[in-house]
Amino acid sequence: MLRVIAERWRQGYRTGKFPAVEPALPARFRGLPALQSGCPAGCRDCVDRCPFGACTIENDRVAIDLGLCLFCADCPACARGNIGFSAEYRLAVRRREALRWQSGASLPPADPLPPDLRRTLGRSLKLRQVSAGGCNACEADCNVLTTLVFDLARFGVQFVASPRHADGLLVTGALTANMHSALLATYEAMPTPKIVIAVGACAIGGGPFRGSPETGRGLEELLPVDLFIPGCPPHPYTILDGLLRLLGKREM
Amino acid sequence: MSYRHPVLVDNGGQIPLERIPVLHYDLFADSLLAEYGRGSRVAAYFAVPPGDGADGALEIFAIMARERNGNFAVLRTAIGDRFQSLTPNCLQLHLFEREIAEQFGVVPEGHPWLKPVRFCPAWRPGQAAREREAGLYPPPGAMDYYRVEGDGIHEVAVGPVHAGIIEPGHFRFQCHGEKVLHLEISLGYQHRGLEKMLVGGPHPATARQMETIAGDTTIGHMTAYSLVIEGLVGGEIRPRAQTIRALGLELERLANHVGDIGALSGDIGFLPTASFCGRLRGDYLNMTAALCGSRFGRGLVRPGGTGFDLSPQLVEQLHATLGTIETDTLGACRLFFDTPSVLSRLEGVGRLSRSTAEDLGLVGVAARACGVPRDSRFFFPVGICRKNFDEMITDEKGDVFARARMRHREIEVSIDLVRRLLTSLPKGEAETPLPPLRPNSLCLAMIEGWRGEVVHVAITGINGRFRRYKVVDPSFHNWVGLAVAMRGTQISDFPLCNKSFNLSYCGYDL
Repeated sequence: MLRVIAERWRQGYRTGKFPAVEPALPARFRGLPALQSGCPAGCRDCVDRCPFGACTIENDRVAIDLGLCLFCADCPACARGNIGFSAEYRLAVRRREALRWQSGASLPPADPLPPDLRRTLGRSLKLRQVSAGGCNACEADCNVLTTLVFDLARFGVQFVASPRHADGLLVTGALTANMHSALLATYEAMPTPKIVIAVGACAIGGGPFRGSPETGRGLEELLPVDLFIPGCPPHPYTILDGLLRLLGKREM
Repeated sequence: MSYRHPVLVDNGGQIPLERIPVLHYDLFADSLLAEYGRGSRVAAYFAVPPGDGADGALEIFAIMARERNGNFAVLRTAIGDRFQSLTPNCLQLHLFEREIAEQFGVVPEGHPWLKPVRFCPAWRPGQAAREREAGLYPPPGAMDYYRVEGDGIHEVAVGPVHAGIIEPGHFRFQCHGEKVLHLEISLGYQHRGLEKMLVGGPHPATARQMETIAGDTTIGHMTAYSLVIEGLVGGEIRPRAQTIRALGLELERLANHVGDIGALSGDIGFLPTASFCGRLRGDYLNMTAALCGSRFGRGLVRPGGTGFDLSPQLVEQLHATLGTIETDTLGACRLFFDTPSVLSRLEGVGRLSRSTAEDLGLVGVAARACGVPRDSRFFFPVGICRKNFDEMITDEKGDVFARARMRHREIEVSIDLVRRLLTSLPKGEAETPLPPLRPNSLCLAMIEGWRGEVVHVAITGINGRFRRYKVVDPSFHNWVGLAVAMRGTQISDFPLCNKSFNLSYCGYDL
């Protein structure tokens, strides 16, 4: 017992100061895309080259669908290396269309839930997590929110064991055919009102496995989604930021 | 019994397909069993359909790991719709034969346990091919489970959705009171169709798929894939890149081992170590993120080298971080292993004997905990491991305690290795440009991921593209080990046993 106290004393109090203080992310962190310079006129290479179909050209400007983008370090879409990434980690949005980022624009921050839902869920949100073909990276970065560094519970959000106890379904993974029934059964088992959160590129649009006959093309085709958190996997602070915005606990 | 001396290949090595003779099945079987009898074990065993549009039989390739020689024996045969199962003589093949049956609709006759592996449709129409009707989602896990019957016997079914943030799988316990007589594990829920997507590759998306085979082993799988590609073009990467890869692999091991000790601690209800390790795991992941921007090492390794280099400042920063978290990690572990109530919960639970582990072909931490020497860094070293790794850890008892202590001791070795790698970073470039892949070749690579050996085998066709790409995650060998370890324990021991193995669902389901 004394040793436990001594070790605790030595290691100290380690819960982060988020959201009052912005998190310190590594210098090489890849957040919101950023074009390194202007694109040559008429160039459409990225539209064909991105293996995940994330790039389109709209009004002569590159648009990247963050729901499909895997934030690849060596972005294969642009041979000129023009597509880079900024340190902007706040990427969660409420509507699927909002993930279509136009170069030069910023991402509209996620709106909070409507007032009636916020009244019900705002101070106590219980989430049931279901992995449907996730590689365990998204799952791990959700799990880490419950550690003392992030201490998710201090915001009134908790992961629960049973869908019967849950207000929200948090889905990760490429929505495999073999999880189809179990995923929908879990949703059905939850009492209303209930919300759905899609975490990671796989859940939003199939991720690296988009196009496989064994996976889906996005959670929105199965369930009404209230929050999209892009990334492969999203950084824990991206997830936490999204959850807090949804509950109206973070603005700006 | 006749015997054909098999073709031998080194780790990361490549051989032209024409040099691997297609043996008659009987000769193949005899040669394989003779190899097995001499102490080789099955590292990979898979079927390869004839190349695009070509006629021909389904072929089976067996890759046998020979610890004693530090190389691999490759055997090859052709089969029809039915073939004689070798599982009764070599238990390690049980799941591989089931996999071949499921993927290609063929029947291994005499297989004692022929059940679905992933509940996926077959790759081609065949006699025994499983199909899935469009738009219908039959529940995986619907199969005949082994059942115990009698007074007071009851069955407990768990999953696919479990009570935590964890991947899906189905567990069926046969119990008498609290005592578990048998556990059967049925997976497949995570099946994404990976191996089929790789046919005709490498595609532009292939690298990202390799990194997500099992997200917690991103660096392990990506390193194995890169070795295969480099083997197929016939080149070795530069020493600096080898060192950075080894560094990534050890950081991955540290993050997961530390996390596992925390998870075990949480399940026992010993909160100090659970809390410390939960945080420390993140600190190791953040070291990987400092290296490449991703906590899971996405983009760190790529064929030809590494995607990121280390500046002297970064080396300095990693040294400093390691210094701090080493003290914290060892402190957290010490509390765990010095607490009698913790030890009494771990000792003797979920025991596997050395002979069971060998028969089942277990690998990695789970095998080493039973005293089986299995560490590809030691027996099949590639790159910088050839001169940098000489400390294989094994334990004796094969119980949860041994698997926990294995991790503790490997953490100490890994921290030391990370420090040595950071200090001895060779100068030079971290990347080499790659020519196209050699056609009609087989190349294999084995990497010691944190969980155990990660095996990748590529077979290229006439156009130099993948005719077949086989991935064997250590979990593929080890899930059955967990099932057997549960025999005679209590249901309440399952979380501990499960965490002590900590196997990948998606790595198995692919």
